[in-house]
Amino acid sequence: MMADTHFDENGLVLAADGTPLKQSLARALRAQKIRALLLIAPLLLFVTISFVLPIGEMLMRSVQNTAGTEYIPDLMPNVVEEIQDWEPASGEMPAEPVYRALAQDLATAFENRNHTQLGRRFNYESAGMSSIFRKSGRRVSNWDIETDGPFREKFLDIDDDWGNIEYWATIKANSGYYTTSYFLAAFDAQRTSEGIQMKDPDQRIYSKLMVRTLWLSFLITFCTFALGYPVAWLLADLPAKSANMLLILVLLPFWTSLLVRTSAWKILLQQQGVINDFWIALGFTERMSLINNQLGVVIAMTHILLPFMILPLYSVMKTIPPSYLRAAKSLGATNTVAFMRVYFPQTTPGIGAGSLLVFILAVGYFITPELVGGADGTFISNRIYYQFSSSGNWGLAAALGTVMLVVVLLLYYIYDKLVGVDNVKLG
Amino acid sequence: MKLMKTIIGTTALTVAGVAAHADSHNMADSMTVVSWGGAYQNSQVQAYIEPYKEMNPGLEVITDESSGEAVTKLRAMSEAGNVTWDLVDVTAADGMRLCDEGLAMEIDHDEMLAPAPDGTPATEDFGGSIVSDCFIPQIVFSTTFGYRTDMVDQKPESVCAVFDTETYPGQRALEKRPIGNMEWALICDGVAIDDVYDTLETEEGVERAFAKLDTIKDQTVWWSAGAETPQLLADGEVVMGSTYNGRLFSAIAEQDQPIGMLWDWQMFDLDGWIIPADLPADRLARVKDFVRFATDTQRLADQAAYISYGPARASSAPLVGEHAELGIEMAPHMPTDPANAENTFLFNYNWWASYRDDLDSQFQAWLLE
Repeated sequence: MMADTHFDENGLVLAADGTPLKQSLARALRAQKIRALLLIAPLLLFVTISFVLPIGEMLMRSVQNTAGTEYIPDLMPNVVEEIQDWEPASGEMPAEPVYRALAQDLATAFENRNHTQLGRRFNYESAGMSSIFRKSGRRVSNWDIETDGPFREKFLDIDDDWGNIEYWATIKANSGYYTTSYFLAAFDAQRTSEGIQMKDPDQRIYSKLMVRTLWLSFLITFCTFALGYPVAWLLADLPAKSANMLLILVLLPFWTSLLVRTSAWKILLQQQGVINDFWIALGFTERMSLINNQLGVVIAMTHILLPFMILPLYSVMKTIPPSYLRAAKSLGATNTVAFMRVYFPQTTPGIGAGSLLVFILAVGYFITPELVGGADGTFISNRIYYQFSSSGNWGLAAALGTVMLVVVLLLYYIYDKLVGVDNVKLG
Repeated sequence: MKLMKTIIGTTALTVAGVAAHADSHNMADSMTVVSWGGAYQNSQVQAYIEPYKEMNPGLEVITDESSGEAVTKLRAMSEAGNVTWDLVDVTAADGMRLCDEGLAMEIDHDEMLAPAPDGTPATEDFGGSIVSDCFIPQIVFSTTFGYRTDMVDQKPESVCAVFDTETYPGQRALEKRPIGNMEWALICDGVAIDDVYDTLETEEGVERAFAKLDTIKDQTVWWSAGAETPQLLADGEVVMGSTYNGRLFSAIAEQDQPIGMLWDWQMFDLDGWIIPADLPADRLARVKDFVRFATDTQRLADQAAYISYGPARASSAPLVGEHAELGIEMAPHMPTDPANAENTFLFNYNWWASYRDDLDSQFQAWLLE
């Protein structure tokens, strides 16, 4: 052994080729690391381009104060400068220079066809603002800035609302490059002349939706656990042949289109549906409301997400030798004690994995709540979709998405502290 | 002599051929048309895309069904500087939005569109349906109610039957948005039609509309896709429900369901074409040529043989004939038919553009209560 080892004059170990062993080892390790990195490079690149960058850009939209693609201060440079001298608290309309600046900026915006987008941006904060911008664009573009003043009267001629102090306060409050108003809206708050306040109770929706989404997701997770645990145990306990047969029954719905399964539940659960017809045939007179409400969402989503609970549970239970339970019983434990103290603790990594999977999938679910949720069974994802596609308020959609992401990460952190993520096992 | 004739004939043919070639030389030989899919897009294909293709052999027409997301998609395409659409079917409100944002091309209606057969210029023939400088109207459709004829004791005559749960017990289907529902609620609460939007602008007015809707809230199924109501009616899930009149027509005439139309206070809306701004010259020339053909008096009347939406041209109405397959008279099924249009209101685009975001969040909050 000693004969193969070389030392240099300082007593350092040398490799066979005479370089210090430490250096040689580092080189070999580096080569290995580069090879490993090259192997995952396609995936890394793919994830970065298709996932990290778009999400990052989307999250940025939640704070950027833009109308269309441009920032508000770039679209209204003159107004933003002039309005700094005006105080909403004074209770007076802004002075002539502000209106003059507005005429300049609106004319430019109209030329670039940005004036309605400006109006839409401010309309998110105060209803009614989009119409005065749309109305004014063409008229203002015909004015001569040098000779046609004063402009305050002319704006008030177009619409009295140009004298509305609330509207001007909105413009002043949203004149920076970045804004917090989307996040405030995501928490049902708004900035008023008296500072940040909660919206009227009849306009609060996002906090309610957030709580409901989390609560229903938790309930669905629990239901999949309650239904899935015995099935997984049965699967793990049966001889391989019949277990495989049952496993296919678990997987079959998993392979069926989500839309088909959701629609099937509609047919089963509606008031004139199969289950209600059976219920009436049993002699009951009242038909039950099983769908288009929270109950329908819980039923359909529990069914759809069930395999995500059963599969991790099954693969963990598979590794628990049956002899443990027999040993516990031969040492005098009753069935309950043997299960509670010997079997169940060994399945917790599977429960953890299944619950995390189901919960996180449920929180972001969209199609099923949209189709069977009715009025009170929709999730926050349905509102995010609405803001993206129908309303076009991408800033608010991005803010809601960010809040959702943070909440899920927070829950994951709490879970890690309570249970420990190391305890999660998929098989 | 014979030779002479042949030479002349050949020359004429060649000249004609060159002329025809020069004419189509400036036009792109492919065109992407975006619409809503389903029976509606089919009516467009049958009434004018197929005939136009027959007139222009070699032309490729690509159809897309993205009209539902037309505004957001056009915005994204224009940001990316690559607009691949040549012609887009949109509702009047979306058309106005796209025009205001400079994403749709402004057009001169009289120059671009064919006059009526009697020479009436296009702007007069289309009349009030030209709601924006970019909008080329095609059809008038309405959102209105259908009811199960076998589940009611007496035929409902007024839209307020929707709020009358004593005479008409059972569930109702309403669209999951404030537009339309708020107006109907106020009308049935006794607000005069001319005051509806002024009332909705006030907080008390909004509360009043919600209070009226509260009376049927727990008996309402909320829909978000137009196909849901006909299905709910066919299943007997609801006794009455709102949807687009063309959908109800299909359920009644084509599928023979026991459903009746309730036209009272139907809400009119328009649908038409817009041309994306800044198209290359050859594509623009092709689209202009197509649009002139597709919106002439006869073509708009032809479309009504496939779907029960009213042509936007006044001169098309007398030409509306029978259903292409069923052979029934289409005129009585049009939302614009005088017998159906006794009480109508036009969806107020401008008003909703300002108040939609605000009322929508109040509506959603109300649904959550």
